[in-house]
Amino acid sequence: MLLIPCPYCGERDETEFSYGGEAHIERPKEPDKLSDAEWADYVFMRPNSKGVLLERWVHSHGCRRWFNVARDTLTYKIHAVYKMGEKRPRVPKTDYV
Amino acid sequence: MAQTFRLPEGGQIDRAQSLGFSFDGGRYRGYGGDSLASALLANGIHFVGRSFKYHRPRGIFAAGFEEPNALVQLGEDPRTDPNQLATLVELVEGLAARSQNRWPSLDYDIGALNNLASRAFPSGFYYKTFMWPATMWMKYEHFIRHAAGMGQSPRERDPDRYDKTQAHCDVLVVGAGPAGLAAALAAARSGARVVLAEQDHLLGGALLGEAEATIGGAPALDWARAAEAELRSLPEVRVLGRTTVYGYFDHNFLTLIEKVTDHLNRKPEHLPRHRLWKLRAKQVVLATGSIERPLVFRDNDRPGIMLAGACRTYVNRYAVKPGTTAVVFTNNDSAYGAALDMQAAGIEIAAIVDLRREVIGPMSEAAEAAGLPILADHAIVATEGGRRIKRVRAAPMDPSGGQVYVSGEPIDCDLLAVSGGWSPTLHLHSQAKGEIAWNEELGCFVPGEARQAAHSAGACNAAFGLASCLAEGATAGQKAAAAAGFKAKGRKKAAPKAADHGFLPARWLWLVPSDTPLGHGGKHFHELQNDVTAADLQLALREGYRSIEHVKRYTTTGMGTDQGKTSNVNAIGIVAEATGRAVPEVGVTTFRPPFTPVTFGVFAGRDVDELLDPVRRTPMHGWHQQAGALFEDVGQWRRAWYYPRAGEDMHAAVTREVREVRRSLGIMDASTLGKIDIQGSDASELLNRIYTNAWKKLEVGRCRYGLMLGEDGMVMDDGVTARLGENHYLMTTTTGNAAPVLAHLEEYIQTEWPEFDVYCTSVTEQFATISIAGPNARRLLAELTSDIELSPNDFPHMAVRDGTVAGVPARVFRVSFTGEAAYEINVPSSFGLAVWQATMTAGEKYGITPYGTEAMHVLRAEKGFIIVGQETDGSINPIDLGMDWIVSKKKDFVGKRSLTRSDMAKPDRKQLVGILTDDPAVVLPEGAHLVERVEPQPPMAMLGHVSSSYYSPNVGRSIALALVKGGLAKKGQKLTAPLLDGRKIGCTVVDPVFFDPEGDRLRG
Repeated sequence: MLLIPCPYCGERDETEFSYGGEAHIERPKEPDKLSDAEWADYVFMRPNSKGVLLERWVHSHGCRRWFNVARDTLTYKIHAVYKMGEKRPRVPKTDYV
Repeated sequence: MAQTFRLPEGGQIDRAQSLGFSFDGGRYRGYGGDSLASALLANGIHFVGRSFKYHRPRGIFAAGFEEPNALVQLGEDPRTDPNQLATLVELVEGLAARSQNRWPSLDYDIGALNNLASRAFPSGFYYKTFMWPATMWMKYEHFIRHAAGMGQSPRERDPDRYDKTQAHCDVLVVGAGPAGLAAALAAARSGARVVLAEQDHLLGGALLGEAEATIGGAPALDWARAAEAELRSLPEVRVLGRTTVYGYFDHNFLTLIEKVTDHLNRKPEHLPRHRLWKLRAKQVVLATGSIERPLVFRDNDRPGIMLAGACRTYVNRYAVKPGTTAVVFTNNDSAYGAALDMQAAGIEIAAIVDLRREVIGPMSEAAEAAGLPILADHAIVATEGGRRIKRVRAAPMDPSGGQVYVSGEPIDCDLLAVSGGWSPTLHLHSQAKGEIAWNEELGCFVPGEARQAAHSAGACNAAFGLASCLAEGATAGQKAAAAAGFKAKGRKKAAPKAADHGFLPARWLWLVPSDTPLGHGGKHFHELQNDVTAADLQLALREGYRSIEHVKRYTTTGMGTDQGKTSNVNAIGIVAEATGRAVPEVGVTTFRPPFTPVTFGVFAGRDVDELLDPVRRTPMHGWHQQAGALFEDVGQWRRAWYYPRAGEDMHAAVTREVREVRRSLGIMDASTLGKIDIQGSDASELLNRIYTNAWKKLEVGRCRYGLMLGEDGMVMDDGVTARLGENHYLMTTTTGNAAPVLAHLEEYIQTEWPEFDVYCTSVTEQFATISIAGPNARRLLAELTSDIELSPNDFPHMAVRDGTVAGVPARVFRVSFTGEAAYEINVPSSFGLAVWQATMTAGEKYGITPYGTEAMHVLRAEKGFIIVGQETDGSINPIDLGMDWIVSKKKDFVGKRSLTRSDMAKPDRKQLVGILTDDPAVVLPEGAHLVERVEPQPPMAMLGHVSSSYYSPNVGRSIALALVKGGLAKKGQKLTAPLLDGRKIGCTVVDPVFFDPEGDRLRG
């Protein structure tokens, strides 16, 4: 079970959180101007990446705040957590095959 | 029978404590401190079970958690445990154990015929034999399950209690052998919070089985006792005996099972049987020791064939002679230590058969000096004996070690002690995703880099000498403590002095040759628990399996409850040799939790019965109970379902309730509806973006129905939201979606529109909601309030008013889910019951009828109102429901763009329709499929399904709602519902509104 450092509450067990998928996917400002494919890409398509992924979590059973996590999907190492709206952290490049 | 094989003195046992126990009905005695296995051996019993596939007699093989054979059934139903390792079961007075996998008895077992017919059971036997015809599988399975039975699970409910607990520590040390004790001491002395977990009830690990070991010039166990005493005296240290760390998960989260009362004769009421520890450790020291491997030679599975190290443990720790005349068979130096200890205990060593060409090594040389008979460069090519080994044959090998040309010399014995080298116990390291490397010289897999904050020390790190164990343990303990923020205090203590020899030199022969070809005249077992032989592995390879993971599954090697603790490395070695690959190329199979089997009970813990899940009750729950209501579960809520009167069945009660609401007046407890208080200057804009319809022009004091979609355009929830002030709304949600809707709002506010000034608060439980509905609802409310104007002009449908009801501050919504004029009276929860009672009293003259969720469902279905989750399933959009009238064309909202995707406009999407059966008395079952053309038997093209179906007394017939492909265009068309019972119900597609389509009653 992951130990997630909530930027507001500190380290807590994964069971207190809910997962929100990949981070930094902004809702399009003018959805009507997108093609079906572009809209489907926004709603449904996510890369299943191996390596460090910037992803969203919410502390559902705590402060109920959303924040971002830089987590390696292979090792599960958490490299950084940062609040919504903050700049992306520098994360190590991974060259997994 | 007396304990004939008990040594007169010595051992870590309590001779003052004589304990009676039984095995297969026979009565025996052992001592406190015995395991079931050591007590059986003290009574001369080796033969304790039959093997899994061939039902061959099997004996106690090991002395610890690696035991593959001695699985027993303990106790009687309901307190019975199958597949318990006799080597780990602590002896208690009255312990009753039975052998497994034999029928009718251990001595006369019908399944043993499998052994004679073993040619018929090659690897992959099940796959090959029972593939065809598929319909026969159920029959085959019955016999296979019977034949391959392990123990029996209890039939009755487990009467014991189990606990779960959480813990945190700076350093967790797993294993209390020399390395673990040294690590725990080093970490604890730095002031770190230490947990030391040991699966055994005694600390000391391998030291318990070695008589001669010394540390700092004194007996090693004295050092262990002193270490234990010091650890137990430190306030920040927790020593957990009888506790197995069985799982190592992400971020240093480990799970432990503590056996709290199994060893106690009288079990205190206040203690759980087992306790599950969920432990988060900053640092972990793995000091899990090593597991001795057997040698793979012909008929190496008879009772009386044991691991050499286990023999040593039985002699030294339990003061038990596992035999009178022993042959030792080894490929390394360590078994000589066992031979010397056995000789000292009075066991005659008939021969030491050594695969190595030369007898070198400290223990070997000591044995040679002691005059033990040694046969170097020899192999045991055969064994004899049915229920106990009685003879072996030893023969010289050719120089390659691959052939034997003579049948060899017979040597009589009743014990064969075997050592094929040692494998570090890597299970936890590997579960934690640590790397594993092959060490050619040591002939074993060793831990590579750890992926988590873990340090391996001692034998599990391939440090097999005692001095190395102590040194590595101390270093690992210090490092772990330092990494957790604790610096060692004072001068570093030098590791105490001890001997430092491992088991080398060794000669690695994965498969010991015999005088007959492999698979002929006997069996070379490498895997005892699942009865897998070297010939099975080679067959799998011949049939084209290459990956060790596939070979494992095909032959079932390593797939028993022991997960191949003694067999995996030999299997990999044999596969490597047979395929001409190096061992690391073959690789290892995956280590998975649990390390040793864990009782189901601890996973449940106290989360059973009423503690399984919280129950939510409304403030009026007690009133419903007194009124004789039956309840239904809606999420965690218990809602009144219907209120049967004397003599009424459900149908009669619901019919009465439904009729009374439309005739005069009904009252329902709607407190469970989700309520979210929304405030802030952007509250209107939030609703505008979340709901499909427009919200900005809603007047204060008015309500609006809203439909909420996911970004995929599918209906997520619906409900009425009231504007209480310029920047203040109260949103209601369906009962089951209260939490998800709040989470949905918060997600969008925080992640997409962080600039919004808006706050959402769940107030579901703060208000009790009393819904009154029917032609007399307004008259009744007028009697309860003096400060709310109720005329339709002053308080129209879809309005909200604050005031006083029954003397209590209240907020009243005029909304309707029944199609009648209706009011939802919201009062603070603590007043809920009082206001309900006042309403009931005032309503008596109107024949006020409490109605439950079932009547509510009928009433709303008469009006064609949907229930989210019943008419929708996450794949239904507003257009499918015929609710385009509520979808704004102008503004953007969550899910809007998805509604214009090409798939959403397909004419054959499932759409909401009403269904009327040809026979008005027939009520379709919900879930019934609808077809256009009935075939004699399935499959037939299905058009959709019935989502809601009731008998409606107000319409005077059955009514149903259904989702039908292209349903909106099928109005008037005939369909058929073929039912499971063979009936074929004819019906017609109609509009989903069955009652008062103009809505006059609503506004009255």
